[in-house]
Amino acid sequence: MRERLRHPFWQGALVLGVAYALFRWGIPYLPPLLGISSAPVPRSVMLQYMLTVLVGILVWVSDNEERWRRFKEPMRALLVQPERRVARGAMLVVLPLLVAFVTYDSLRPKISAPAGLRSVHPANPTSITVRGEAMILEGLENPLRTAGREEEAVELGFDLYYQNCMPCHGDYLDGQGHFAHGFNPLPLPLRGGGTIAQLTESYVFWRIAKGGPGLPREGQPWNSAMPAWDEILTPEEIWAVTLFLYEQAGLSPRTWEEH
Amino acid sequence: MNARAARLRWARRWALAPGLLLLGLTLLAAPLLGQVYQPPAYGSDFPLIGSRNAIWIVAQVHLMFAAFVLGVPMFAVVTEAIGIWGKDDRYDRLSKEFTRLLLVAYSATALLGGLFLFLLVTLYPGLFAYLSEIFHISMWVYAGLFFFESATLYMYYYGWDRWKEGWAKLGHLGLGVLLNVWGTAVLFIANAWLTFMMSPPADVAPDTSPAMVQFWSAFANATWMPINIHRLIANAVFGGSIVAAYAGYRFLKSRTPEERAHYDWMGYVGNFIAIAVFLTLPFAGYWLGREIYEYNQQMGVTMMGGFMSWLWIVQAFLIGVLFLAANYYLWLGLGRIPGGERFVPYTKWMLAVLVIGFMVWATPHSMIADRDEVAAMGGTHHPFLGVLGLMSAKNTAVNLMILTTFLSFLMYRRANKIPTVSWAKTGTLAQGTILAVCTAVVIFYGIYGYFVPTLVRIGFSVYQVLAVLFTIVAVIGLDLLVMRKAESRGPIRWGEMPERSQYALFVLVITFTWLMGLMGFARSGIRQHWHVYEVMRDTTAHAATPALGYAAQVISACVVIFLLMIAFVFWIGGMIATPTLVAHEEPVVVPVRGTDPGPDAAPGLGLDPQPLPAE
Repeated sequence: MRERLRHPFWQGALVLGVAYALFRWGIPYLPPLLGISSAPVPRSVMLQYMLTVLVGILVWVSDNEERWRRFKEPMRALLVQPERRVARGAMLVVLPLLVAFVTYDSLRPKISAPAGLRSVHPANPTSITVRGEAMILEGLENPLRTAGREEEAVELGFDLYYQNCMPCHGDYLDGQGHFAHGFNPLPLPLRGGGTIAQLTESYVFWRIAKGGPGLPREGQPWNSAMPAWDEILTPEEIWAVTLFLYEQAGLSPRTWEEH
Repeated sequence: MNARAARLRWARRWALAPGLLLLGLTLLAAPLLGQVYQPPAYGSDFPLIGSRNAIWIVAQVHLMFAAFVLGVPMFAVVTEAIGIWGKDDRYDRLSKEFTRLLLVAYSATALLGGLFLFLLVTLYPGLFAYLSEIFHISMWVYAGLFFFESATLYMYYYGWDRWKEGWAKLGHLGLGVLLNVWGTAVLFIANAWLTFMMSPPADVAPDTSPAMVQFWSAFANATWMPINIHRLIANAVFGGSIVAAYAGYRFLKSRTPEERAHYDWMGYVGNFIAIAVFLTLPFAGYWLGREIYEYNQQMGVTMMGGFMSWLWIVQAFLIGVLFLAANYYLWLGLGRIPGGERFVPYTKWMLAVLVIGFMVWATPHSMIADRDEVAAMGGTHHPFLGVLGLMSAKNTAVNLMILTTFLSFLMYRRANKIPTVSWAKTGTLAQGTILAVCTAVVIFYGIYGYFVPTLVRIGFSVYQVLAVLFTIVAVIGLDLLVMRKAESRGPIRWGEMPERSQYALFVLVITFTWLMGLMGFARSGIRQHWHVYEVMRDTTAHAATPALGYAAQVISACVVIFLLMIAFVFWIGGMIATPTLVAHEEPVVVPVRGTDPGPDAAPGLGLDPQPLPAE
């Protein structure tokens, strides 16, 4: 056993197995033990990670002549040694069957929707029209913030959020509102560094004002259930909600670079 | 008679009315005679593949050739200079061998450029008329520069053997520099046109007459200089990688040890220049991306977060492949250097850094997932792996990969040397400390970036980059001093390289070429349905930005066409003359500038002692 563990072929196989276990079970189940939320790794990412590890292993076994020669030994033995006839025959049956199964499995009709490429952030238009008023998003600041009416606006945003947004985006702004599980994809969490923390307030204003119907044609289908709130809220109210979101999530909006 | 006169009067009366009407109509149409001919906006669609694909493929392949003919002179001048100051004739021969290929490649570039121009004029006359109205002067200068460039190239190549001694040789090197000056000027001018299409000045609106656009503000637009720098560096990388792939091909075809030694060495030099210059490319690319974002947020978001964002995952994959291939080649190369074996145990840890860095860099922020997986993750952002999708993680990963690759070069450089200076251990310790501190700085800003606003985080990447650049310069500087008068453990056994190593060189050139096409599409595609962004709209049936899969197919076709054409160029180049090969004999000493070369003196800048040539 110890001898096998020193052999590059079996070392490579072991690394591959450990990597698979880590990605398949480690990532979804270990972080929750430490109180960090996690989820299974999607198949596309799993494939990507395993391919990377496999390439890494192949680089390692072949970047040295001695190691490369030893790595090939078991494969060569299986293919040419007379005493391995049975194993060789089994491999010649099992390997094509495995390939056939993988091909069949990837091509057979399935009832689930195919995996989709979703954009990280849809690209915003240069300008939008809200209740007949044209607004240029580039360089646009939250007028409530610049007018020094933040405190009052946050209170207004608080009320509006709980009246309109909380059922989906959640009490904790984590995208886990009580309606959330009726949607797929789920409403976005507004906390953390991945969503509004990376965006300017004008971008967030646009997303709230125009919702799912206002998403760009590129990257469709978005399957977003977000309403276009400019039909319900005034621009000032939308700015107030925007202000509240950053305040409540403890985040700062992305600011415009100074020229 | 009376009856006849009456008929005449009748005829005159009735002829008068249409005559007057005709005259009136002619007068009404008179202003038309004073009008200037307006070309149609578009010509008829190109058969079979459509106008857009036709111009796309020709422009892309032309651009690849242009990168080759601009990149190889950089390579040639650097190797010629090393040959002069290192007093090593091999570099000079190598330089000449590649300049010979330039002659053929130059014609191919010009032919493709001409084809590109004709397609532009016949398929997109409106756009060409618009651009030429603004840029006509620079177009004349552009064409004029070709005369100077061609003349310089011919003098550079045909004067090689004539001007090979003393000051004449320096003058010849000056011609090489001049060739690069003309090439760079040509590149900068063409860049102005394409960057204008991407980032026209803010005061240019759809109804602005092109005659009213100020030339210099259109020329030196927001993305002009970042593209200039990015392309200049990328061309040098491309030139080096083509040289390396050519050497790899010739190595595999070699029949004698001399041939193997020569092409092994050539492959190493090409790869060295390609990778050394490549390490600076992400910084230039970062600047370009930042300028694009600053110019127009929508464009920036389309590129980095919108539908083009998937190209960055593809790019991350390909750059990961580049890093792995480059390091693989170097690690295999340690096998032919006496003393290289002492570094072999470390390579697995370096590989681990590269593989983990690769995985982090290629982890998408928004993952490809089916509806069940999306439901389990609570969206397309993975709750745990999602942090790896942000730029903090990615910048950290790529900087660590750059440092690792640099370390591989350092190991390679030091493999066959024994330092003789008294403070060698202290120097090596200082090098290790600098590398360790740099790693700590990169990781610190990577983690800290998650706790600060986005704009501050963007600034952190600059600190990471500066730390890495400083480390590279400082460690190399120290190494040159530590390795002064170093003893040799023995000559490098050129040619004793496993054949699989050469495939790494092919991987490099194919990946570079593919990357050029893919990221060129990203840069151009973010204009979306505009010829000139938010100024001149594309109103053809091909206005929609192509889907990524479709774009990847067209770009792959361009890569195949280019590689076939360049193989033809190499074949033709091989017929012009047979390169002089090097023998598998004694090493030649390459002195470090400013030091006394001893019998086993250390080479400068990682380019190792070479075997003597077979004359």
